[in-house]
Amino acid sequence: MNGVRLSDKYKAVVIGGSAGSFKPVTQILSSVPEDFPLPIFLCLHRLKHVRHGFVEALSIKSNKKIIEPYDKEPIKRGLVYLAPANYHMSIELGNTFALSTEELVNNSRPAIDITLETAAYNYKDKLIGILLSGANKDGAYGMKKIKERGGMTVVQDLEDSMITTMPAAALAITEIDHVFKVEQLIQFFLQLSELYKSKV
Amino acid sequence: MPENNYFSATKTMHEIEINEIRRLTKIIQDNYGFDFKDYAISSFRRRISRIIDLYKFKSVDALINRLNSQPEFFEEFLSEITVNVTEMYRDPSFWKEIRDHVIPQILLNNNKLSIWHAGCSSGEEVYSMCILLEEMGLLDKANVIATDIDTAIISRAKQGKISKKNMVLNDKNYHRFGGNSSLDKYFDEDRESYTLKSDLLNKVSFRKHDLVKGFVFSKFDLVLCRNVMIYFNQTLQNNVLYKLHESLFKYGYLAIGSKESLIWCDIANKFLVVNNEEKIYRKIKE
Repeated sequence: MNGVRLSDKYKAVVIGGSAGSFKPVTQILSSVPEDFPLPIFLCLHRLKHVRHGFVEALSIKSNKKIIEPYDKEPIKRGLVYLAPANYHMSIELGNTFALSTEELVNNSRPAIDITLETAAYNYKDKLIGILLSGANKDGAYGMKKIKERGGMTVVQDLEDSMITTMPAAALAITEIDHVFKVEQLIQFFLQLSELYKSKV
Repeated sequence: MPENNYFSATKTMHEIEINEIRRLTKIIQDNYGFDFKDYAISSFRRRISRIIDLYKFKSVDALINRLNSQPEFFEEFLSEITVNVTEMYRDPSFWKEIRDHVIPQILLNNNKLSIWHAGCSSGEEVYSMCILLEEMGLLDKANVIATDIDTAIISRAKQGKISKKNMVLNDKNYHRFGGNSSLDKYFDEDRESYTLKSDLLNKVSFRKHDLVKGFVFSKFDLVLCRNVMIYFNQTLQNNVLYKLHESLFKYGYLAIGSKESLIWCDIANKFLVVNNEEKIYRKIKE
């Protein structure tokens, strides 16, 4: 991929998405190899009162195990974590998750800004943040924080997004390193994966 | 309470360093006797930022100065630092489980029922419990105690008042729970709000109690402490679980939030998982 400066310094990937993000997320998860070593944090807007079914739906085509973490659950390499319904999901000091029932943020719980901002705080320049299709501005502030702390920022190409508000909001307030179509995102993950293989 | 869009994209949230948090918690401990040092750092930091934005402080130091110079400000601080977001019948399937299994099980061996809502906030869960007990015809057999660290929020809970806006969600939850009537039957309605009927509200004894520093004050058949310990770090969760354990009769029940877990606590083995989905535990060892 031209112009992409990949490196094996990264320790985690965080993905935010809302309306129109389910399909790209499943496409990505079906392509990321089983041995992809970094933890992936997913914060996707979802119905507050429906606790079940989302992990199952995402898991159908995924090569990787997806779990909704418990509060203070330790973060493990190589797993995919989904923010549970009606909780905000933070990355806590000490390599664990912290859940909370604080006020809605951007009308959302889980809010993407919270997951992105706390991940940025903990992983600094070793984080890759990806923001997908969505119909509100949640995640833009979080992407800004990732950039400020030296992480890599990626948004879904507006032409490729079902609803552009979310990636457009991030593009408007912060520097975005890469604008990718889903197909490119998949390539991105595959190349990243190769890089970590050669590291061992 | 102002609308909370403190994360709005245009506003830069105040960046707070760990050492600033340490200084703040020390002042609070020294001046007011509350211990926040073992609160979960991610949410505690957000609460502090929120207060700084809300009161337009220029820095954490400015907040510390206010806390030093103006003791009456502490009550407001306490109300804002604690998270008071709650709803009636949150997780309706949990409440079904309480009604259909937990309470009948307790009443197999007792004819009375003692319940503690630890960290009751604005009272929505307590109201849910009162209505549930009323619908089971058990209100007179129950002793319900509700506690919180924040005096202001207890005063609010005591009023039994819920805004009409919030009632929409409560009503949906109540129907998902399968309540056998209509929720507004238990409330008096005025223009802006609903107020829980006094015969229900009067069943509850509201008290101030700090889970972190407070002592064990009684024993219960059922303790509800849902989505309270998520604001604590693991050390503090562990300490608080000892107190909750001591506050339960043997074979009493403990309910925590659906995404909380006891497995990282020292005394997890003194509890049996009764329902893993709804996070209901039973004390099996003293």
